Amino acid sequence: MTDTDTDTTTSDPAVRVENLSVMYRTTFEKVPTFKSALRRVGRGKREVHEVKALTDVSFEVDHGTSIGIIGSNGAGKSSLMRAIAGILPPSEGRIEVHGRVSTLLALGVGFNRKLSGRENVILGGLAAGMTHAELNERYDEIAEFAELGEFIDMPMRTYSSGMYSRLAFSVAVHLNPDILLIDEALSTGDAKFKQKAARKMREVADNAGTMFLVSHSMRSIKRLCSQCLWLHKGQVMMQGEPEEVIAAYSKFLEVGEDAFTLDDM
Amino acid sequence: MNATRLDEEFTSSVHIYEPHRNGLPRLRPYFKALWQRKPFATEMSRASIRADNVNTFFGQIWQVLNPLFLACVYFLLVMIIRGRGNSFDANVERFVHLCAGLFVYHIFFAGCVRQGASSVVGGGKLLLNMSFPRLLLPLAEVRTAFVKFLPTLVVFFVILLGFGRPLHWEVIIAPAFFLMLGMFAAGMAMIFATMQVYFRDIGSFLPYMVRIWLYMSPILWYPDDPINTLNDAGIPEWVLHANPLYSMVGGWSELLVQGHIPEASWWIAASSWSVVALVTGALFFMSREREFAVRL
Ligand SMILES: Nc1ncnc2c1ncn2[C@@H]1O[C@H](COP(=O)(O)OP(=O)(O)OP(=O)(O)O)[C@@H](O)[C@H]1O
Ligand SMILES: [Mg+2]
Repeated sequence: MTDTDTDTTTSDPAVRVENLSVMYRTTFEKVPTFKSALRRVGRGKREVHEVKALTDVSFEVDHGTSIGIIGSNGAGKSSLMRAIAGILPPSEGRIEVHGRVSTLLALGVGFNRKLSGRENVILGGLAAGMTHAELNERYDEIAEFAELGEFIDMPMRTYSSGMYSRLAFSVAVHLNPDILLIDEALSTGDAKFKQKAARKMREVADNAGTMFLVSHSMRSIKRLCSQCLWLHKGQVMMQGEPEEVIAAYSKFLEVGEDAFTLDDM
Repeated sequence: MNATRLDEEFTSSVHIYEPHRNGLPRLRPYFKALWQRKPFATEMSRASIRADNVNTFFGQIWQVLNPLFLACVYFLLVMIIRGRGNSFDANVERFVHLCAGLFVYHIFFAGCVRQGASSVVGGGKLLLNMSFPRLLLPLAEVRTAFVKFLPTLVVFFVILLGFGRPLHWEVIIAPAFFLMLGMFAAGMAMIFATMQVYFRDIGSFLPYMVRIWLYMSPILWYPDDPINTLNDAGIPEWVLHANPLYSMVGGWSELLVQGHIPEASWWIAASSWSVVALVTGALFFMSREREFAVRL
């Protein structure tokens, strides 16, 4: 919400991240309650647990680059995407984003499970700032791409996780963003949809769009990305050519590359 | 904020995110974005109403029966506590007054507070994955409560006329008091929504608070009832206005049932409370809203 107006010059990168740190604050209790807060005050203790998801991350991504983000579970990939989308406030450092961002983060992109797929598409679009007119115009395209048939009008609690991700992906790519953030959206899609989605991502990449792709599938990163960033425990380990970074990452894991060729995307 | 073409006319497509101290976002762009995304709040509220009464016919019937049952139960309660012995007309007047207050309090005000309180915490995935002015969430619940309140207004007028009570022209002034109540309710919804992020059990305290506030407001009793007692005890009358709902709900019922225009002090109390609640609520919410994502 701190949009600062600055002149866009062509030399600016699409995303510039400087010394970024992101911290989650959670309490040890499963849910923070008033009761436990009172009890804590009684004991004179503050039990706020700070989880540092990202520490001192810096990198730049130029317009038209598709960059893959890899790293083990809990490395901070999703947190980085959320910070770039402006959802998580940085606790230190600074993020500059030049362009319209569309987010496709994890599964179930802001979706309300009680509502139908159609209603969720409309709500998602409106939340992203589209108008009703624009949405009506693009709705058919979105529905068609997701290929959900009559399920588009069923409550989303009846969806399988693959159907979820199809719809989420379809919405994100049809928002016509300058910068597309995709977080493991395809892990549950079937082979046919993965292919289709990969083609669509290529298309976005070819149209000089900027794309961030978080994936555990090294093959899709190699196929779709021109750059790769490796995160480990909230820190950047390496940035560069996908081949090199992935080779280093695989070596780091002490697992042969073969382990990754099994999961195609 | 997710930058999309809509925002572009106003803000350039450059976004800079920096560490935040519990400060306010810049207000002008914030309210511009809020205004632009009004359709989102509308659609959100519409969708949740649709999801609530999937079974439309009985859903609608329930919207009408629920407040009626409620009014009957409370009327019985009042009768038992006061003992009988009033004339029929006095009882009718009491029942109509009770309906006026109870519907606006229980369906609208309590609805705003209860649903508004859980709007942010219940927004889960939406908050984690989308970036938009969060104030839209409690505001959507205010709209929902308003839409649910409308049918009870019809029920009220049927009761009013059905019992042969006159329809006063002063009824047209009543929306002013409703508006003030709405602003107050919106402020409360924002405050409780923020608090629920920090204390998840606020939701289980709310029903008690709602119940006590109901007893303390001029719904089961007339606004004039406590005045004699206060005078006898030498307490100035204005202490009644310490409860914001005294003037708001009281004024609403006075206008609808008695056709009596409240005196100036009521207008002053109601309008100041509503403005203070709305501004405080909005500022409190906005100063915290960027932290919601890390706290959920
Ligand atoms: N809502 C949250 N509250 C507290 N800590 C969190 C929250 N979300 C993530 N974390 C912590 O932040 C760190 C980074 O998490 P993140 O989700 O960014 O990892 P990731 O790289 O996306 O992992 P994965 O590959 O499993 O998706 C982890 O240590 C995690 O425990
Ligand atoms: Mg993740």
